[in-house]
Formats: sequence, structure tokens, C-alpha cells
Amino acid sequence: MKLPWLLWAPLAVTACIGGLAAYGLVVPKDEQVRSAMIGQKLPEFALPPATQGVLPLSNTDMGDGKPRLLNIFASWCIPCKAEAPHLEALKAAGVEIDGIAIRDRPEDVAAFLDEFGNPYRRIGSDSEMAVQLKLGSSGVPETYVIGADGTILFQHIGDIRAEHVPMLIEKLKSTT
Amino acid sequence: MIAEAGLAALWLAASMALLQLIAGLTLLRDGAGQLVPLIKPAAYVQGALSTFAFFALMWLFYDTDLSVLLVANNSHIDKPLIFKLAGTWGNHEGSMLLWVAVLSVSGAAIAFFEKRIDTKTLYATLSVQGFIALGFFAFLLFASNPFERLLPAPIEGAGLNPLLQDVGLAFHPPTLYMGYVGLSVAFSFAVGALLTNQVGPAFARAMRPWVLAAWIFLTIGIAAGSYWAYYELGWGGWWFWDPVENASLMPWLAATALLHSASVLATRNALRAWTIMLALVAFAMSMAGTFLVRSGILTSVHAFAVDPERGAFILALMLMYTGIAFVIFALRIGSVKQGEPFQLVSREGGIVANNILLSVILAVVLIGTLYPLAAEAMGDKISVGPPYFNKATVPVMVLLMLALLIGPMLRWRRDELIRIRYWLIGAAAILLLGAIVAWQLAPDIGLFPLLGIAFSLALAVAAWLPLRGRKLLRTPLPVFGMVIAHFGIAVSVFGMAAESGFSSETLTALAPGENAKVAGWEVKLNDVNPIAGDNWVAVEGDMIAAKNGNQFALHPQSRHFFTPPMQTSEAALLTRWNGQLYAVIAQPDQEGDGRWQVRLWWKPFVTFIWYGALLIAFGGAISLFGRMFRRTKKPTRNRWQS
Repeated sequence: MKLPWLLWAPLAVTACIGGLAAYGLVVPKDEQVRSAMIGQKLPEFALPPATQGVLPLSNTDMGDGKPRLLNIFASWCIPCKAEAPHLEALKAAGVEIDGIAIRDRPEDVAAFLDEFGNPYRRIGSDSEMAVQLKLGSSGVPETYVIGADGTILFQHIGDIRAEHVPMLIEKLKSTT
Repeated sequence: MIAEAGLAALWLAASMALLQLIAGLTLLRDGAGQLVPLIKPAAYVQGALSTFAFFALMWLFYDTDLSVLLVANNSHIDKPLIFKLAGTWGNHEGSMLLWVAVLSVSGAAIAFFEKRIDTKTLYATLSVQGFIALGFFAFLLFASNPFERLLPAPIEGAGLNPLLQDVGLAFHPPTLYMGYVGLSVAFSFAVGALLTNQVGPAFARAMRPWVLAAWIFLTIGIAAGSYWAYYELGWGGWWFWDPVENASLMPWLAATALLHSASVLATRNALRAWTIMLALVAFAMSMAGTFLVRSGILTSVHAFAVDPERGAFILALMLMYTGIAFVIFALRIGSVKQGEPFQLVSREGGIVANNILLSVILAVVLIGTLYPLAAEAMGDKISVGPPYFNKATVPVMVLLMLALLIGPMLRWRRDELIRIRYWLIGAAAILLLGAIVAWQLAPDIGLFPLLGIAFSLALAVAAWLPLRGRKLLRTPLPVFGMVIAHFGIAVSVFGMAAESGFSSETLTALAPGENAKVAGWEVKLNDVNPIAGDNWVAVEGDMIAAKNGNQFALHPQSRHFFTPPMQTSEAALLTRWNGQLYAVIAQPDQEGDGRWQVRLWWKPFVTFIWYGALLIAFGGAISLFGRMFRRTKKPTRNRWQS
């Protein structure tokens, strides 16, 4: 059995690995981890209110025929403070926003809302990050577009900036 | 001034490497040449100059000369002396300089000591060695100059990554690099022998000590890295299939296979093409390892070493050397004659089984390591973790253990299983007994830990059997080396199986004065105290572990470094003969009620993993010693011929 071409196999393998490695070097690294839940229904959850005077949040509060934003935030998170005015802008544009406060204390959430305003319809407290994990979120802040039927349509990772506001409004409009 | 002298030495050494390469090319073209007699002296000079450059850099670190960019970036005036010195290679540029220095010294050593292979092959080997060195000199001089100045000089320096401020780790990279360099020598020998048509026992004997030395260093380097990750990262695990761990494992697997096939080639003049192939692959794997660490194309705990541009340079070097070598392989291997034949049931057959199984593990690890990259190229994001690697490699390792139970008992060239039937029955009995005992102790242990325990017990006996019937005083040292190394595998596998089968874990939050229990140990947190080190502060848990009336103090720390700012955990390890108690203290609990997060493990026989690895390396060292200092004896080549 003579297979002379087989002698070139190691070179071919090297070339493939080299190509792959070169590709890995050239392509910029995307450090964000997208949720695997996009396109799926909201998972079941029921969170207690994050502080006094706000409403609790469960999955059945969303998907009741109106698309909404679901904002994951925390009082200890600095980008969350930066995005607060843009959430206010979204609220002013008529968008309903539900919030989930991650690993937070009621008094800290209250202070945060006092200082930066409260754009939220409801705020649940996710002290163990359990719901955050169920949503496939890996950090704060993150914002999800939830469709009228409770489907997770879009995930925005990081703080919302001025340029994201029209985009999010557009996403919400296009779902109805 | 010292920095400039070091840099000049590097340029001169590079010119010596170029001279070696050109002289070698004229030799290959004309069969002779005026430059050829210069090859050996050039190798000596290159070795001396590279060594000088390395010690120049070390002096700059000792002196903390902050007008040198590398020193300013990686050292600090307050750093303890040992870490100042370790800083020489605890960074990219310095470690590459160390690599090149060792490479050059190896070249000089070959030129001086190697007498077994014919002169032309030796010259070809030294030229290839010069070619490799040249690439790395270019890399140093153009992409990572260790002697670059920084003017004006800063006042105190940036400091060394705190994760690396650890005595064990100060020696981890250089150990691996020694291994990689040893494999580059094997590579040079292989290409030299291919070019001059001298693939035979003499080549294998010349190459073998280098492979053996490389393999010893890699074994120690991998074991040290694994132990470091075990106590420093505070996850309680000892192997994570991290891309960079894999990068050090792959050359080790190839070197292990090469070691065995080279011994077949040296003793029996068989497996010629295969041995060459393995020598090329082993070095390709070490370059791939360096590339993976430096390029950062795969995410890993070694992210501190990342630099894509240098990654591209190393990739280019790797592709050039490996590519050229494989082209030579494809063109020349046809002219390498078929080796001596052997039967399937024979020592050679056992070694072929070892080689195939090791190659399968190597392929599995390589595919698993590169798969995320391939998936990303296809637009998919995937990370490959322990579930894949464990599932795919552990069964092959079991087969490897099986081969180890039988292979070393067989005779060269041809044998009958019936001849070793008593051993086969004995091995089966030990396997069965070991499995039953392990299963009785822990019914839910899982199949592979169970097999691991059974096979390690059988191998612990089997390893010594090759000494049976020999006069011990007249037994060659390499046989003892083999026996000890194989016994080391049994010890190591026993540790792995026991750790994965019998470990217990407790995660809790304790206030001072409270207790937690793990595997019969009662651990009390007495107090938590702030303490300060040279360049860090820490909270230290003051714990007492008690079992059967014996009490031991444990002091896990959560350290905070200033330059650069970083948090590390120092696990407290209580080592008993039958395992380790592993304690980690983390942040104060979230609620702010004065409790501290504490994690405790009892890991039975976990230390056997590293003891075993040390035994393996020790076996290798004995074997190497035997090979280097038994020259007077007649070559063993004809032993099997009657």
C-alpha cells in the first residue's frame, strides 16, 4: 500500500492550524457573551420588591400584550448611574421599563432611586443573581427587549447611551 | 552601559547563528565548503554571547536599573530580592532571552559532546539549530528587545504581577522552556538526520538524552504549574484543561511518545519514519504552546502574557520551521529504509500501542483546544471544558494503563502472551480486587475513578516486574529509570482517581467562633486578622482543624496587592499522609453580619498526583544519568541478535 500523498498530510494539518491561528489573531476579540435565551419565552420567576414603595416583579407581569424593556441594574454599579438619564429619556418617550436589582440592599436601592430618579414600573430584587443567570445575563447593566407575548427579543449589554435610545424605541415599536 | 553590552552580545550571537545556517547550506549543496569548519566554533561563541546577554539582564534586575524599560515595567524597588531576580524571566522579553540562551548553550553542548553521529549529520544538526536560534534572535531584537531604555527613568517601577510573586512559579516558566528547548534539539537532530540520510540507531541514541532531559523538565514544569494553580487560584482543582495547560501537556505527550519510539529505534532499528515524525511534532507542539501563551487568542488564566503582535511573530516562526520540516519530511522520508520487522505481540508492539494511544490523547487535546477557534471562525461561540476533555481522554488513558500492564513484560521482536500468563492472571486479580474494594468504600465513586484506582494498584505491582530475574547490581540504570517512572504513573493516577472519587467539600459563611465540618474534620474559625507583607496586605483566617483529638492551625489568606492592584487567595493546606485539608477564606459575607465566606475541602491522597509526577521525573533523571555515563559499554544494538 503506497500512499505518497499521505506524506504531505502533516504539512496540510500544520497549514490548517496556522490558518486558524492567523484568523484568531486577525479577527478582533468579541468579549461579550450573548444570552442563549434570545427568542425564547421569559423563564418563570417571582421577585420581591427591591425596596419599600416599589412593586414586585414576576415573569407574568411582562408579556401581557405590551412590549417592555427589562433593565438589570444595581445601586453599586457605576455604569448604571451613567445610564440612568437615558432610562429617564426612554420613560419620557413612553417606554415602560421593569427593573431587576442585582445583589442589592433595600436602603441602597432607595438611595439610588432618590439620587438618579426612578424610571421603573416595577423593580424586583434578585439578591442571589438567580434570575439574572436564568436570563442568560452575565453582568450589570443589561437591558432586554421583551415582546408583547413575553418573548425575549433583544439583549443590550452594557450601559445605555444616548445613541442607543432611538434604537431601543425602534426595537420596541417593531415588535407590535 | 550593561544594557548596551547585552544588546550588542545578542546581535553578535545572531550573526553566529546566521553563520551556522549559511555554512550548513553550503555543506548540503556542495558536500563541503570553506565555512564548514566554522560551524562548531560559531556554536560555542553563540552560546557564550547569549549566556552573557542573559546575565547582563539579570544584573540589571538585581540592580533595579529603572532606566531599562523592562525592569521599570516588571520590577519595583520594594520587591524582595528573589523576585527581583526571578523578574529576569518572569516577563515576556526576559523569558524569551532565557529561551534563546538555553538554546544557544545546548547548541554549544552538542558541538562539544556529540561524538556518536557522523560529522556531516552533526554539522547539519548544528545548522538547523542555528536556523532556529536565528528566528528567535530576530524575535528578540525586532519584537521584544529586553534591553530597551526608558528615559527619563521612573522612580519606583510598576511591579510584578502578584500572581507570579511566588517562589514555585518563579521556576515554572523556565522549567517548561528548558523542556521546549530540549525538544528543539531533538527537532534539529531529526532534520539533520533526514537531510543527510542518517536515520538510524546512532541518530536515536544521540537524540535520546535531549528528549529525556526535555521530558524531565516538562514533567516537573507541568507538575509545578498544576500545584501552583491548585493552591494559588483557590478553586480546589489541580487541572482545568485551560488552553495554556493543554499547551504544556501537548509537547509532553509528544515527547513521551518520542522517548519510547526513540528507544525502539536505538535498540531495534525500527519505527524510523515514525520517530522522525514525532520529533518534528514535539517541537511544533512546543512552539504552538509558546504561541498560545503569548498570543492570547484563547482566553485563559495566563492572560497576563498576552500580546497579539508578538503572537503573530511566533506564529510565523512556528509555521516556517514546522512547514519547512514537514516539506523535508515529505520529500526525504521515502529514502529512509524500512526498519527492522517485529511481531504485534512484542516490546515494540507494546510501544507502538503506547505511541498510538498517546497520539490519540494528543489529537483529542489539540482538537479540544483549537475547536473554540474553529467554531468562532464559523460564527459560533463555544468554549470546550473539562466535560469534553475528561470524557474523551480518560478512556484512552485507561487503555494506556492496560498497555502499561503488559508491554514492559514482553520481549523484543516477538513474544507470546502465554509466556506471561501468570502475570496476566495476577493483574486481572488485582484489578478485580481493587475495583471491589474501591466500590465497597464508595459505591457512588463513578466508573473512571474506580478503574483508575484498580489500574493504579495493578500498575504499582507491574511497574517493578521488569526487574524480576535480573541481577540488580548489573541492571542498567535506564531499566531502573523506566521502573520508577512507571511506578510514578501508578502513584499519580491513584492520586487523581482518589481525588476525583472521594473528595468532600463544604462552602459556608462563618463568624469568628463558629464551626464547619468536612469529612470528619471539624474546622473552627477563631478570628480573622489583618496582616501585611512586603508589598501586600491580607486578611488572614485563624482556624483550628481538629480530627480524632489532634488539632492543627490553618491560616488561609485573601491577599490584596498594591502594585499592580490585585486580589489573590492563598489557600491553607494541611497535609496528612492520606490527603490534604484545603481551606480558602474569601470576602466578608454580603450581609455585613461579621461572617466570612469559607470553603473547605478534604482531598484524599491528592498529593500523590505530584509525588507521582516527581517520581516520573526522577525515573527520567536516573535513566538520563545512565545514558550519559555508561559510554564504555559496547552498544546494545546487537543484543537481540543471536
